[in-house]
Amino acid sequence: METITLTIDNKKVDVPRGTTILKAARQLGIDIPTLCYMELHDMNIENRPAGCRICVTEVQGRRNLAPACATKCEDGMVVKTHTTRVLNARRTVMEFILSDHPKDCLICPKSGNCELQSMAHKLGIREIPGAEIAAMSTYRKDTSPSIIRDLDKCIMCRRCEMMCNDVQTVGALSAVNRGFMAAVAPAFEQNLEHSPCTYCGQCVAVCPTGALTEVDHTPEVLRVLADPTKTVVVQTAPAVRAALGEEFGMKPGTLVTGKMVTALRALGFDYVFDTDFAADLTIMEEGTELLDRLNRYLKGDKTARLPILTSCCPGWVNFFEYYFPDLKEVPSTAKSPQQMFGAIAKSYFAEKIKVNRKDLVVVSIMPCLAKKYECQRDEFSVDGNRDVDFSISTRELAAFIKQANLDLNNLEEGEFDAPLGESTGAGVIFGTTGGVIEAAVRTAYEIHTGKKLDRIDFTELRGLEGVRQAAIDFDGLEVRIGIAHGLGNARKLLNDVREGKSQFHAIEVMACPGGCIGGGGQPLHHGNSEIIKARAAAIYEEDRKKPLRKSHENPFIIKLYEEFLGKPNSEKAHHLLHTKYFEKKKKIIVKQ
Amino acid sequence: MSSIKIELRQEDVSKIKEICASFNNDPQELINVLHKCQEHFGYLPAEVQEVISTELNVPVAKIYGVVTFYSFFTMTPRGKHPISICMGTACYVRGAEKVLEEFKKELGLQVGQTTPDGKFSLSSLRCVGACGLAPVVMIGDKTYGRVAPDDVRNILKEYENY
Ligand code: SF4
Ligand code: SF4
Ligand code: SF4
Ligand code: FES
Ligand code: FES
Repeated sequence: METITLTIDNKKVDVPRGTTILKAARQLGIDIPTLCYMELHDMNIENRPAGCRICVTEVQGRRNLAPACATKCEDGMVVKTHTTRVLNARRTVMEFILSDHPKDCLICPKSGNCELQSMAHKLGIREIPGAEIAAMSTYRKDTSPSIIRDLDKCIMCRRCEMMCNDVQTVGALSAVNRGFMAAVAPAFEQNLEHSPCTYCGQCVAVCPTGALTEVDHTPEVLRVLADPTKTVVVQTAPAVRAALGEEFGMKPGTLVTGKMVTALRALGFDYVFDTDFAADLTIMEEGTELLDRLNRYLKGDKTARLPILTSCCPGWVNFFEYYFPDLKEVPSTAKSPQQMFGAIAKSYFAEKIKVNRKDLVVVSIMPCLAKKYECQRDEFSVDGNRDVDFSISTRELAAFIKQANLDLNNLEEGEFDAPLGESTGAGVIFGTTGGVIEAAVRTAYEIHTGKKLDRIDFTELRGLEGVRQAAIDFDGLEVRIGIAHGLGNARKLLNDVREGKSQFHAIEVMACPGGCIGGGGQPLHHGNSEIIKARAAAIYEEDRKKPLRKSHENPFIIKLYEEFLGKPNSEKAHHLLHTKYFEKKKKIIVKQ
Repeated sequence: MSSIKIELRQEDVSKIKEICASFNNDPQELINVLHKCQEHFGYLPAEVQEVISTELNVPVAKIYGVVTFYSFFTMTPRGKHPISICMGTACYVRGAEKVLEEFKKELGLQVGQTTPDGKFSLSSLRCVGACGLAPVVMIGDKTYGRVAPDDVRNILKEYENY
């Protein structure tokens, strides 16, 4: 590629043609402030509407200031990034944005982590001229099972629209209206609940302000913890331990498993368990289902549907129920680990400790916002009592820990309780793209071949490429595997399945880019994809450190089958651990 | 945004499909498809947008975004007696704006709106080619010339029993 040379703030820099001023400046270590712009490098995710104009710079010979995020470098260009003219322009732009923004920072869920707030601070805004006369545009608040939309705080950066349309191809959100009433909203400005939204939470993950946030369930959790008649158990998803530390100033990729357990115990949970246990259980059920379908298929049984699709991601389940209802028999019927955990906790474990399921409260800590919706689905309740009562995100847990005046940094390492706290490395890697299928391969291989694996790391299944594929040799039988993360990538594989062109035997899908480690409930990455990579590395490290790394070797799983479930895919297992899928009808509710 | 829930008849659905097909179901042609549909239905209710969404394979949120962005698209059905006030140059200089204000006041409507009983809707037009009669008001097929604000109440009276 052709290289060009330009000068930014009196420093020369060589960049490939096509590079933006913003990126060239970053190469020099010059930080040009941005607001609407966001990029997840290496993940093919970029938002560049050139809308906010915070990033303006002065280009010699041009009359107008140029937005650095959208202006391409030219050979010999001379750019100044922080002249007085630029500073004034940025300030004016910011004042304009703030004139139509509520001054709610005291009670805003995003306060302290808000890009708008820190930009206002950085630019030294102390008053907003004309704010007392300008009427602010106001919108109806929208609360769904997972997400709250408070568009009074929307600055029209359109990051959410990009995530929902370009990355996820869900198309629930679009820019609507114009002028001051412009907003990003579902069709007909209906609630998110009546849109194709999957609750993946990727819009929340990128929203720079408090316009999109999760529904906070910590107040309810606090209430049950204070209720002496309730036994409260908590389960923590694999991706949480790889990210929670970030909220306490730790380096991304710091594993805080033990400290998190101690914090949860200190918060008053009666039993601290691990969703990873249920992940091992998922592998037993899903792996058995895969082998069953594969064997039937090899014997020429035409009713055996292949490829089998993983079903542990509720965002993904929502997606195919809406867009591919004709394929609803294709995914595995195995419930997600969150729901398997709830079902076992409220049957097997409740019996063991002799507590009525109504007095047993199950709380899950999830990197995910779709899990909030999932635990509210009708089929996951018994007589109105949910298997999982509340699902709170990694971010909510961090806030909860801080409220209790605990500093994760100073806590001792604790151990999960038995029996639902024991897990293998296979359960851990569920948290990252490729992990579920790698865990399944480890178990399915050994069950199918009757041989021990001589290598446990299937590096060919790892990585951040949006769609990946690999063929694994099951002792003479080639098992072809596809992996997609991000719903747009999943859609490509699903279209092939629909057209009968798919070559795969099994496909893993996770709705969020990077898998659960990049989930909508995780600490905000603010556009830094290195954070997501560091979390993935931490997950694989935890796997490596585990003495047991295959789900079927988990002694408590073996015991659970012996004492309670019988065999994988037994009738009892089916009743408790499997589910079915529904066509999601469009619900148009038109306002009168 | 207000709009009224309608049931599309089979022939309406066929008509929308036909319009989409005439543009090869090409998502790039969305604006043209919307124009044609509005020409046919008089407005673009949610249900029409839903069908277009399926035909062109464009999320309905995006379609709604386009409909609400361009002022020439409307989601409000015209009234039984659609009132159009000419805002062309000749009418404008002869006081069309005051006439429009009077209609707004009498009906409690803004331009682009329809009375709750569906009787009147209000819109403004560019020159209708009757400049000699300026300011010009049209209600349905009927044209009124040299309208003064004081005439508005009487004009509306004519429709009292329809
Ligand atoms: S969105 Fe940010 S700036 Fe707005 S009220 Fe919340 S914290 Fe303050
Ligand atoms: S949660 Fe996901 S599907 Fe729903 S609006 Fe946000 S990005 Fe779109
Ligand atoms: S809701 Fe948030 S992400 Fe979406 S446009 Fe508004 S500020 Fe940006
Ligand atoms: S960051 Fe460049 S225009 Fe918003
Ligand atoms: S300007 Fe009104 S008719 Fe020509």
